[in-house]
Amino acid sequence: MLDIIKIRSKFPILSRKVNGQDLVYFDNGATTQKPQVVIDAEANYYANENSNVHRGVHFLSGLATDKFEETRNTIQKFIGAKHKHEIIFTKGTTDAINLVANGFRTLLNKGDEVIISEMEHHSNIVPWQMCCEQSGATLKVIPLLNNGSLDMIAFENFLTENTKLVSVSHISNTLGTINPIKEIIEKAQAVGAKVMIDGAQAAAHISLNMQSLGADYYCFSAHKLYGPTGVGILYGKEDVLNELPPYQGGGEMIKEVSFKKTTYACLPHKFEAGTPNIAGVVAFKSAIDFINELGLSNIAKYEEELLQYATEEVLKIEGLKIYGTAKNKSGIISFNINELHPYDIGVIVDKLGIAIRTGHHCTQPIMERFNIPGTARISLAVYNTKEEIDICINAIIKAKQMLS
Amino acid sequence: METIKEIQEEIIEDFEIFDDWMQKYEFLIDLGKELPQIEEQYKIEDNLIKGCQSRVWLHAEEKNGSIVYSADSDAIMTKGIIAILLRVLSNQKSEDIINADLSFIDEIGLKEQLSATRANGLVSMIKKIKLFALALGKR
Ligand SMILES: Cc1ncc(COP(=O)(O)O)c(C=O)c1O
Repeated sequence: MLDIIKIRSKFPILSRKVNGQDLVYFDNGATTQKPQVVIDAEANYYANENSNVHRGVHFLSGLATDKFEETRNTIQKFIGAKHKHEIIFTKGTTDAINLVANGFRTLLNKGDEVIISEMEHHSNIVPWQMCCEQSGATLKVIPLLNNGSLDMIAFENFLTENTKLVSVSHISNTLGTINPIKEIIEKAQAVGAKVMIDGAQAAAHISLNMQSLGADYYCFSAHKLYGPTGVGILYGKEDVLNELPPYQGGGEMIKEVSFKKTTYACLPHKFEAGTPNIAGVVAFKSAIDFINELGLSNIAKYEEELLQYATEEVLKIEGLKIYGTAKNKSGIISFNINELHPYDIGVIVDKLGIAIRTGHHCTQPIMERFNIPGTARISLAVYNTKEEIDICINAIIKAKQMLS
Repeated sequence: METIKEIQEEIIEDFEIFDDWMQKYEFLIDLGKELPQIEEQYKIEDNLIKGCQSRVWLHAEEKNGSIVYSADSDAIMTKGIIAILLRVLSNQKSEDIINADLSFIDEIGLKEQLSATRANGLVSMIKKIKLFALALGKR
């Protein structure tokens, strides 16, 4: 059993006031708050360890490099990757998807097909549109069923020998649906396609093992795992990453540079051009340590309990409709109340100190699919409590009264 | 006819009686509900104001030397805010609208009530209102 009061005490921001009220933070899908250990690690790096990585022979450069590489080891274990050099540091999920999509521009030809889904975040749509436009490949979109899960029959019908890549999210940031990615990976790989999984909403909530999952690529952002902004992970299988052309050129990613021919460095450096966010990467380790200490399975169990409670309670509000009612769901509740605009609800509950997200959540195709302007969204993290859910629901009821 | 300045003063007085944000919001919501709706034919892309989280349409026409606005939004709070703006600026001379000093917005604490993105929306609305006045005034 997790001691939530103790966990909360580690997050300084959770004791601040917003609009004169205690902060209730339910926008964890956008970004989670940071525990003191992460804040300290970032400050300590600049205070005591700062230097550039992989460059100098001097003491500090060695120290910074060791710290940086320690995070890579930690991530390797955290996601069960076979090799350390299969872990690439990026700026975030968006950057990781762009890295892969950019490489595929030259790997794809006319007649090839890329499959994504209707529930994807814009970050997992636009890079593929750009990639297809430039390579002449065709983009296919797996439709959604009414409960917000993927139409797996349509997906299977899309799969042919022309399918070169499938990129879908592990968990929908808007609907909370947990997709059957293992099945997707196996079926896509059976026709010779590579599979990329956008794990932005999953890595903090579900324990991962790349070797048993078998994904070719998997990515996520540190800032949604209690870590710093500006850091992300791209995992790729060794041979798959070796085949992928480099993304950005520059320092660190080369073996030899001459004006006749430049050769590229080995993994992971081939994809890590330029000075990275070293402080962020170093502090990310503290975030993973924090998660490991609690145990992802404990976190998942607690969040499941919160989700169930929150779902039951919000449904007591008359006229409230939840978007995303798949059987297998993560801690995200998107809803609308009658004809009320989600924006109006968000503005009023904000005044009561509650942070929820309103709008299209960077998933406009979902909004079009359900013919709505947006939703209000509650997204959970391990530090949330049932009391906070009660406060939030009372605020939503208050907003509904004011607006109706 | 009341001047822009006079109407602003009235609104400031209206807001003085409210003790807290809740009452201000309730007032805005009531105003929003009363806002005369724009005619369907004017709810077009050209009349849509960019920079708002909710959709806002604004239409203007000239009547007897004054500019008359109508507007709508899919969010009530936003409608309330436009309703206040239009109470001040609709039915005025184009020149007066363009040169209007809208200090009442700060005085009633409207901007404080809005986050940065929403304050942007307010700025976009004012800009569009003034642009219409400029375009119609020239004719
Ligand atoms: C499913 C999903 N994919 C991608 C992203 C983009 O992540 P980032 O902005 O950290 O690059 C998000 C963030 O909201 C997300 O929820």
